[in-house]
Amino acid sequence: MSEPEPATEARRIAAEARDRARFEDEALALADQVYRVARRLVGSREEAEDLVQETYARAFRSWRSFTPGTNMRAWLLRILTNLNVDRGRRIQRSPQTQPLEEGDYYLANKVASAAGEEALEQEQVVERMSQDSIVNALAEIQPQFREVVVLVDIGDFTYADAAQILDVPIGTVMSRLHRGRRALKQKLAEDALT
Amino acid sequence: MTRDPCDKCEEILQEFLDRTLTNEEWAEAESHLVGCDYCRRRYRFEETLRRYVKTSAVERMPAGLMDKLNELRGLDATA
Repeated sequence: MSEPEPATEARRIAAEARDRARFEDEALALADQVYRVARRLVGSREEAEDLVQETYARAFRSWRSFTPGTNMRAWLLRILTNLNVDRGRRIQRSPQTQPLEEGDYYLANKVASAAGEEALEQEQVVERMSQDSIVNALAEIQPQFREVVVLVDIGDFTYADAAQILDVPIGTVMSRLHRGRRALKQKLAEDALT
Repeated sequence: MTRDPCDKCEEILQEFLDRTLTNEEWAEAESHLVGCDYCRRRYRFEETLRRYVKTSAVERMPAGLMDKLNELRGLDATA
């Protein structure tokens, strides 16, 4: 094999630089959405900023391993959730909450019994909960359940994307999501109505 | 106290809200909702709650983070 022509080599380098810049543009355009998930996975804004920066540093270094045309948001979030695990941020497991007989009905029923039957119809029932109480309740859910709730309910990822990001089967995503949402409602009910 | 929750609703409500039901299941769920007052109210409650969780939990990216991310452009794989 002969050495590539200098002109051919120059074109190749230029094409690669363009691909890379395009990749970086596309990734940076998603930064707001990546941050949104990061912020709810970790305890503070500073940690979230660090996590997002680490994610982008790793993404930019390994940009060649991204397949153009596939879901970049999911690809970035996979890096992020792996880094989050690496950094040992899931060490603190919240105390196991007792499953309630009412299950998913717990919050709705408590609200209804506290505020009257018709309250279930009212959007104000939910709006009476403060923004802080939602954020706090979310932070108190066990990390493995919170992860899925954050990805699906806040990050708008599909079950399939979440499964890919977390490297678990879809069935696991669904059961964790179910348990996570249930835990969230239980915490909200405890917070709002005790 | 539990008010005899509707089992059918329990099964399908979350997936109905997630839009992951098949067309057939969707139609079944819809026709159930039309006839079941309790489930309809539960549906509205859940929908509102989800929307509220989402709007409450979303926090904008801090000013300055984008600049820091932009500085990472061109990072070398060996660096």
